[in-house]
Amino acid sequence: MRGDRVPVATPLPTELLRLTECEDGPVLVRGARVVVDAQGVTHPVTRPVVALCRCGASQRLPWCDGVHKRLGKRETSTG
Amino acid sequence: MHLPQPRGPSSTAVVEHLRQPSPGSDAQLRTVGLERSPGITNDEDRLLALWVLQGLNYHGYSGVDPEIEWDLAVVQARTQLEAELEEELLAAFTPVVEELLPEARRDLTGTLFSLPDRVAASAPSMSAWARSSMTAEQWREMLVLRSASQLKEADPHTFAVPRIPGRAKVALMEIQFDEYGSGDPSALHSELFAQAMTAVGLDHSYGGYADTWPAPVLLSNVTLGWFAGRSRWAPAVVGHLTMVEMTSSLPSKFYVAGARRLGLPEEAWRYFDEHVEADAAHEQVAVRDVCGALVADDPDTLPTLLVGAVAGLHVEGLVAELVMGAWEQGRSALRIPLHPWVAA
Ligand code: FES
Repeated sequence: MRGDRVPVATPLPTELLRLTECEDGPVLVRGARVVVDAQGVTHPVTRPVVALCRCGASQRLPWCDGVHKRLGKRETSTG
Repeated sequence: MHLPQPRGPSSTAVVEHLRQPSPGSDAQLRTVGLERSPGITNDEDRLLALWVLQGLNYHGYSGVDPEIEWDLAVVQARTQLEAELEEELLAAFTPVVEELLPEARRDLTGTLFSLPDRVAASAPSMSAWARSSMTAEQWREMLVLRSASQLKEADPHTFAVPRIPGRAKVALMEIQFDEYGSGDPSALHSELFAQAMTAVGLDHSYGGYADTWPAPVLLSNVTLGWFAGRSRWAPAVVGHLTMVEMTSSLPSKFYVAGARRLGLPEEAWRYFDEHVEADAAHEQVAVRDVCGALVADDPDTLPTLLVGAVAGLHVEGLVAELVMGAWEQGRSALRIPLHPWVAA
């Protein structure tokens, strides 16, 4: 259910991008000028490094808004 | 900015010496340096004295000769006050840090991410209050309290840049570049904060409300100023920054919700809106790249880094306790209440 809200597309040229996957968190993207979200909407990148949400719970998709931390906690506390 | 009103003998000696240095004021100031009084972390007179002295490194004061920054009596007084602060803070935090160290050596990322919930767990949440119950007057007080740090946002942390090695330096600059607007002066975070103040009828000049700040606000400010003034404490600056970033994204969202509930203009909350996304990225960079690289390159920096992180969380918790205590009783959290806001 969550997976389909997560941004899947990254802009070209991909060889210039540096991606860092943060465990239980977003993917950090350096070198992008725009980010294309799962719906195909283009978002300009204005920072040297942006965090793309991978949990799907952010209210600011495609950006991470930190809410994955709550998610992680809930999941570990219930199971 | 103008020199603030003194709050006791130490701040009087400092303010008078800066206003009109003379052999007499010099002698007076030297006694501030030498008089030890336990309990500086609760002593608003000595905290204000130190805040004024540290301010010479940042902004100076109107009518005060900038050269006085390196005046011997000034330096001696600051060194002494900071030694008192160091002694008290370290006595409080060394046991906590010792306890955290083995875990942090195994899993630095996990330990750092868990710190806000562990160290500041009992502190009340101003941002939750903002979302649910804050009045417009309390919103203005919140800005006034935060103006001590936010109108010079990022500046104290930038002092760490020349003092840490390559990889950590690069990552810290990545964060700082964003704090300073990513090349766009209108996106400077301190500027966004100034706009938020103006939007609710407040003066945005730095220190314009210094007389209203209660002791914990001064403590929080001079603690970071003490770390930022010393090369040896650069890892503590990094730890402090990491906790700032880590406790910003979600609370900023609550502040935005609160401002919207109150019907405040966009300029009043754009600062917080910006921090939701910015700090969600910064916290990852701070933990993984700045702290990660710093400790990997020199494991001996870890205890100092943790002192900075724990101290930052602790002093911010004291601010929240004081403020929420006042607000829950319907009082002002400021020493001197503000003029009521007359919305345009
Ligand atoms: S990864 Fe989804 S909110 Fe951070």
